[in-house]
Amino acid sequence: MDRLAFARAQMGMSLAFHIVFAAIGIALPLAIFVVEGLFLWSGEQHYLRLARRWAKVTGLLFAIGAISGTALSFELGLLWPKYMQVMGAAVGQAFGLEGFAFFIEGIFIGLYLYGWRRLKPVTHWLCAGVIALSGAASGALVLAVNAWMQLPVGFKMDAAGKVISTDPSAIFRTYAWVVMSIHSTLACYEAVPLLMAGIYAMALLKGRRDAYCRSAMLVCMSIGGIAAILQPMSGDAIAKFVYRTQPAKFAAMEAEFETRTHAPMHLGGFPDLKARTDRDSIEIPDLLSFLAAHDFSARVTGLNDIPQALWPNVRVVHWAFDLMAVCGTIIAIATIIFWVEFAVRRQRVFEIRTVLWMLVIVGPLGLVALEAGWFVTELGRQPWIIQGIMLTKDAVTPSAQVPFVFFAFALLYVSLAVIVILLIRRGKYAPGAESVEVLR
Amino acid sequence: MTHADLAYLCAASALAGLIAYTLLGGADFGGGVWDLLASGPRKSQQRHAVGHAMGPVWEANHIWLIFVLVTLFTCFPQGYSALCVGLFVPLHLILLGIMLRGAAFIFRKYGAAPHHWGKVFGVASIISPVLLGASFGAVTAGGLRVSAAGAVITGSDHVAPWLQLYPLGCGILALSTCAYLAAVYLVVETRGELREDFRRRAIFAGTATAALSAIVLGLAMRDAPWFVRQLLSFPAWPVVVVGLVLFASSAIAVFRRHYVASCACAAAEVAILLVGWGIAHREFLIYPDVQLVPAAAPSATLRFVLWSLPVGLILVLPSMWLLFHTFKREHLH
Repeated sequence: MDRLAFARAQMGMSLAFHIVFAAIGIALPLAIFVVEGLFLWSGEQHYLRLARRWAKVTGLLFAIGAISGTALSFELGLLWPKYMQVMGAAVGQAFGLEGFAFFIEGIFIGLYLYGWRRLKPVTHWLCAGVIALSGAASGALVLAVNAWMQLPVGFKMDAAGKVISTDPSAIFRTYAWVVMSIHSTLACYEAVPLLMAGIYAMALLKGRRDAYCRSAMLVCMSIGGIAAILQPMSGDAIAKFVYRTQPAKFAAMEAEFETRTHAPMHLGGFPDLKARTDRDSIEIPDLLSFLAAHDFSARVTGLNDIPQALWPNVRVVHWAFDLMAVCGTIIAIATIIFWVEFAVRRQRVFEIRTVLWMLVIVGPLGLVALEAGWFVTELGRQPWIIQGIMLTKDAVTPSAQVPFVFFAFALLYVSLAVIVILLIRRGKYAPGAESVEVLR
Repeated sequence: MTHADLAYLCAASALAGLIAYTLLGGADFGGGVWDLLASGPRKSQQRHAVGHAMGPVWEANHIWLIFVLVTLFTCFPQGYSALCVGLFVPLHLILLGIMLRGAAFIFRKYGAAPHHWGKVFGVASIISPVLLGASFGAVTAGGLRVSAAGAVITGSDHVAPWLQLYPLGCGILALSTCAYLAAVYLVVETRGELREDFRRRAIFAGTATAALSAIVLGLAMRDAPWFVRQLLSFPAWPVVVVGLVLFASSAIAVFRRHYVASCACAAAEVAILLVGWGIAHREFLIYPDVQLVPAAAPSATLRFVLWSLPVGLILVLPSMWLLFHTFKREHLH
């Protein structure tokens, strides 16, 4: 592997790691806000126990997310210094705004986790609301930078590549930013509660039947369910945007080599770059054209009409796209099945083993879809780091130490992941941790 | 307002963020030092006091560093890019230190092998301030050269510019300053014999900081004479004098057991000396090749950043007040 490959691997690893914690940091506070609100409203103790349990997990995961987020803010510049020269001037201010949102989040996390005794109950509950809001805002603001990488707007460069004039609010006025931030925020609200519902379904299967598990499940399935039903619509909006602005990514998503009207959708298959066809895929006539423009006869540019040097990795992008779409569909169906069963059988739904097993299996798919979707966005943009402006290979650092740094950080991320999973699985923490963390 | 005015204002904002990071995040690093050096019959109480003081605030404190980075790369992207290339290794090590420290702190609190992670927490708390200080030293001493085309030339003799005597001196000075801040804060937050422990540590760290300052000044005369000249000429010198007076006052206050006063003087001293550093360094982002004003982003970006500051601070400062009011209030009576 060369320097570029190591730098890309390190960036990808850091993002793949952070995205999970970011998603949890956006969605879990909302779930906490709901259960603590239910506690204040009903006075039922099990809601309070849920809020405390989730708050503990949040305390751990937010800290790790803050750490991995810090890594990203360093690595953007360290690994891609040339990119930073343009990005900083053109859209760095979005990170500045995100910084304020992150500040608010960090402050209120401190208040929430350590303030059970010191704050009035309603104030404490409102803190959770502030965390949920600022978390979502912070995610949306970061997405502004990502949207800008797909659709660079609001700046002019001179011949030497120096940014000479800017319109700092341009990205916030684009459709790209709006649809991308909605899509990714919904993905967080979908993935994390679904995963939690899967965990509580497992507990129910193991014989726990208390109000604690049942309420946890209902809250998670409400948040996750609403997001899962809305998500296909936002996905559709993004597909149209990609069709208009990033034809290479759009063609790679569907492994479509030929430029044609009435383009079919390819499900699965093995994109063959030599023969320029998606071997053994299932074709659905006209659907790709419809996806592109809500018109069965829309003309879709195929990869054949794009120089191969400007193709992304067609196989990975195509498979990731299909994986995301399939996971999203399964989740939406499972959500509908659960709620229909609940409407019919009410509380007895928690005794139907097939429904519970379904939720256990579907649980992790939201996170799978989240990661796969991110693969589509970022790998689909390649070989550009800033679409149409700068190639990734031109942005990489000249430093020779990239491989060492990659291995050091790979080790660090693996250790962090293992320890976090062990700590959460252990569930109840060391004696004394309780008093420090929650009950002070 | 001219482009140069905007650039100076943005640099001043970054400096203000750096001051906040030093006073808050720096003290958290210092807390890690005292955790590592905990000793005597009240060893575990000392560690507990550090954890107790940092618990609710360290994540918010740490965000000031992100603020500084973001302000730098948005307002001075050319210079930031050069810093990233020239200081690739120390910046990665700083990052590693920050990550390990945060992870160790939270893992220890959640009960994962407390002894093991306690050590990691302490050691990681040393790495980051030392290398941050060394990076500043390297930049000031002209160890990082940038060609007119923007390419970085890091030392013709292949010796890393930050692995020199003067930058490392700056690093150790930064570490002892953090330790001093942490100790005077902890004196305020503790009572009885524990307070005496931290008072002794404050006196020790204060003495070390004073001695190191003299040594680093001597090294600077050799390795960064331009900077010493700037520091000793108007308008930097009155600021430096005020800083030194405050340092002396905070030391006297520790001796006389006026703890809140010593805390306030120490914080003011560090802030004022950083302002002095900023005034002396004002023309350059990276001495001698990258000047502040030419490296700045276009005016529209700078204006946007400057306007977003009051808006952001209107949200952040009251929240921060609430945080510190909720958890630190009782110590100040």
